[in-house]
Amino acid sequence: MFRSAVRLTCSGVRSLTRTRPQFTAPLAARGYSHGKQETDEEFDARWVTYFNKPDIDAWELRKGMNTLIGYDLVPEPKILEAALRACRRLNDLASAIRILEAVKDKSGPHKEIYPYLIQELRPTLDELGIATPEELGIDKV
Amino acid sequence: MLTSRALIRGLQSSLWRSVCSTSALQGSHSKVVDVIDCSVPQYNNRLDTPLPDRPFVKHDQLSAEQKKLKEKEKASWKSLSKEEQLALYRMTFELTYPEMRKGSDEWKTVLGGVFFFMGFTGLLVWWQRVYVFGDVPHTLSDEWVEKQTQRMIDMRINPVNGFASQWDYEKKQWK
Repeated sequence: MFRSAVRLTCSGVRSLTRTRPQFTAPLAARGYSHGKQETDEEFDARWVTYFNKPDIDAWELRKGMNTLIGYDLVPEPKILEAALRACRRLNDLASAIRILEAVKDKSGPHKEIYPYLIQELRPTLDELGIATPEELGIDKV
Repeated sequence: MLTSRALIRGLQSSLWRSVCSTSALQGSHSKVVDVIDCSVPQYNNRLDTPLPDRPFVKHDQLSAEQKKLKEKEKASWKSLSKEEQLALYRMTFELTYPEMRKGSDEWKTVLGGVFFFMGFTGLLVWWQRVYVFGDVPHTLSDEWVEKQTQRMIDMRINPVNGFASQWDYEKKQWK
């Protein structure tokens, strides 16, 4: 249960999506005190695989995103890239923009996370032609 | 409770109404807006649910040009202008995240209403004091209270820790 090491709510967040602490802090996807703890890399890989399913359907995309947003973390760019590509396969631009909005909201007070994510996702956004919420003007009320 | 039973009855009647209606009638606006068919996936604006169960504008309620835009969405998104991308977003989602977070000024109305009614109550209380209540008993007059206090001192009321303990009997004054 070492979530405290990688929690956003911890004031010790130095870098961006999830802290890369000096010690190995496995992110427990489940709250077991026994058994194998899933590492950050395993967590990311699992989610990238989920969204990379070639014939992913709309329900799975929604379920995946809603679940991911329910976690106490901001997803890594590679997970978001896989999700955006899934939106492309489903011809759903609106959901792609919504995902960007959601991760910005998820970062909460850590305002440096979202620009980093956009910077990392810029190649994908350009390739797929997705406009960011800022470019559409919906980041302001 | 009474309210929940009434709610359930209202919900049941609305469910029956929507079961009876054909799919052709579902889009009509002859019904009161309060009727929600809870047996189908609902749209909702929630910060923790970025992708709700259905799009805001249902597929069969799209206008002709919206349907054309949906067809264009199947091609490369680079061919979509910013306005078109925004239109697609608004078709699927009612409120953006900042709009969801906005909140309202309702609290000002509530607070104003509270103060207004408290003020009105104050007026009523004042009127009551002036026009309804009679005189205060004579035992509260200054003269009576003076005599009463002197009597209490003479009787040594609560001499240890209370009333008379505050009176200095040598100097004949309050301590």
